[in-house]
Amino acid sequence: MAQFAVELHEVVKRFPNPGGGEITAVNQVTLHIQHGEFFSLLGPSGCGKTTTLRMIAGFEWPTMGEIHISGQAMGRRPPFLRPVNTVFQNYALFQHMTVFQNVAFGLEMDNIDKNEIKRRVEAALEMVQLSGMGSRKPKQLSGGQQQRVALARALVKRPAVLLLDEPLGALDLKLRKEMQLELKALQNQVGITFIYVTHDQEEALIMSDRIAVMNKGEALQIGSPVEIYERPNCRFVADFIGETNFLAGTVTELNAETARVELKSLGYELAGLKLGDLRKGQNVTISVRPEKIRLVEDPSKGIGVPKNAENCFPARVIDSAYIGSDTRLVVDFGPGIKLRVWEQNRISTLDPRAFYKQGDQVWVFLMPENTLVIADT
Amino acid sequence: MAETTTSQPFGRSFTVVAKIRENARMQGLVLISPTIIYLALFLLLPLLLVVVLSVMTRGPYGNVVYRLNLQNYTRLIDPLYLRILGYSLTVAAFTTLVTILIGYPLAYYIARVPEVQRAPLLFLILVPFWTNFIIRIYAWIMLLRSEGLLNSLLINLGVIQIPMEILYTPTAVLIGMVYEFLPFMVLPLYTSLEKIENAQLEAAADLGARPWQAFLRITLPLSVPGMIAGSILVFIPAMGMFVVPDLMGGAKTVLVGNLIRNQFLTARDWPFGAAASMLLLLLTLVFTLFYTRKAGFGEELLL
Repeated sequence: MAQFAVELHEVVKRFPNPGGGEITAVNQVTLHIQHGEFFSLLGPSGCGKTTTLRMIAGFEWPTMGEIHISGQAMGRRPPFLRPVNTVFQNYALFQHMTVFQNVAFGLEMDNIDKNEIKRRVEAALEMVQLSGMGSRKPKQLSGGQQQRVALARALVKRPAVLLLDEPLGALDLKLRKEMQLELKALQNQVGITFIYVTHDQEEALIMSDRIAVMNKGEALQIGSPVEIYERPNCRFVADFIGETNFLAGTVTELNAETARVELKSLGYELAGLKLGDLRKGQNVTISVRPEKIRLVEDPSKGIGVPKNAENCFPARVIDSAYIGSDTRLVVDFGPGIKLRVWEQNRISTLDPRAFYKQGDQVWVFLMPENTLVIADT
Repeated sequence: MAETTTSQPFGRSFTVVAKIRENARMQGLVLISPTIIYLALFLLLPLLLVVVLSVMTRGPYGNVVYRLNLQNYTRLIDPLYLRILGYSLTVAAFTTLVTILIGYPLAYYIARVPEVQRAPLLFLILVPFWTNFIIRIYAWIMLLRSEGLLNSLLINLGVIQIPMEILYTPTAVLIGMVYEFLPFMVLPLYTSLEKIENAQLEAAADLGARPWQAFLRITLPLSVPGMIAGSILVFIPAMGMFVVPDLMGGAKTVLVGNLIRNQFLTARDWPFGAAASMLLLLLTLVFTLFYTRKAGFGEELLL
């Protein structure tokens, strides 16, 4: 068995621009996708994630670079000769065929025996909980059911790799959440490598073993959901995944793992975790997630924060919104610098004093391990 | 409130308008009334006249005598007329078939080129309509006759020694008919082919279909509505066509269209012509109904 299920080596895709010249849709992307992995390509629209998927499927050919599937170089092999199957964005079900005929189509193309086809199609429909729906036409099904037909149609061929192009994009939120868990469970069950394209960061975090965050044709960071969220390697990743606060500063001191940064226009100095190579005097961006900021009333008392702790600064609450699980606050942290802070409501109470309100004077405590120092690019 | 205050000063005419406004069914009827009036005047009334005419008697001087006479219909059973009818059916069917065979690749090609090129190509399909039909048929005569362009070209190239007899043969009639009706096949076919999403063909390829398999299993079935719409648009007028057989088929080719025309204009037997018209109408109706029962109307394309 080949080492990787899918391997992309410095893949570049350029399209002719209608207005002249060329557009680079995918730029030097290298990926090593493991067998049985749930791998997501995540990024905003136009980042090259769908083009990357289409190159793996064989609908597009790379301008440069190589794609290997199960160890075989794909070159310019057409889609019908690749060991992959695709679940399309709008399902692309054959409207003139029944559900059964849709699912059987791929097997018929492989000249499989009629009884065997019937058996496998029925098994596939059962797997996606559509038993007994075989004689319906796609138009008679709900969006979620159509989605399942598309899945069954692709999985019935037992591909080495299943490619999914925003398969849940057309579903409403509730169904989407259900399908996310179902898809993940299905992947565990069949053990097939899934490559999943999405622009929804939450979806990618929930479902994936690993994620490649893409922007402007490049794969910026490849890692597990935890790595991507907790240790983003650049400003774009920190911004795109979850919510965060950014502060601009300059490096004043460097240690093995940490850095000290002087905040612009404030004169404050902050200690934070160093991500990547930094130089003294370099302009950097500090990223602190709102749920990781702690608010304290009086740090000198030592409640909720060590005495004389670093990274503790006075601030004023300028907005407060209670949303049930959290209270979402905006605090003013100096001239024109606002921080978003999410306070978890751990205690059930009706006492208004338990919640910060507009105008409260507070201290914000940015624990150094939560304060990420990222190089400006 | 509004009705009581407004209906008083404006009187009765206003209340009629108000009533129509309230009633959705009435409103629809009023809106469609110009069409209804038009169809009643120019379709229903003439048709009724033909029906009445078809059971009347021809007078000695070619006038119509208003005396009930069903012989016009019994005369049609004559083998001579049945042969004409059968021949017309064959020509119309062949015309439809050949327009599909030529029109399909054409429509397919137009539907597949980049979008900016499609409008000019469709425009080219329609350009011949800007020239008078008779003139275009005469152009074909110039091309096809013994010392015409086609024959002299082939002789000069050494392909043939003696000119081919095409003009005034059934082949010439077929050429003329196909030429005339081709756009009516291409346009609905194009509409249905253009509607097929590329993703459908990609899905087929993804599932292992080679291009020809994808064509047979996806493209062809999805273009059937266009084919049906086109066939109706070609078959019906082809059944009644008389100009092409007249000019290009010479005296040898008589279609039911020519028969009817001759009865009205030459033989001056209007009742018999009307009866033949009724038969043509009935036959076309039966064929169309049969066809659409089998495969649907393709109405989504005609809209």
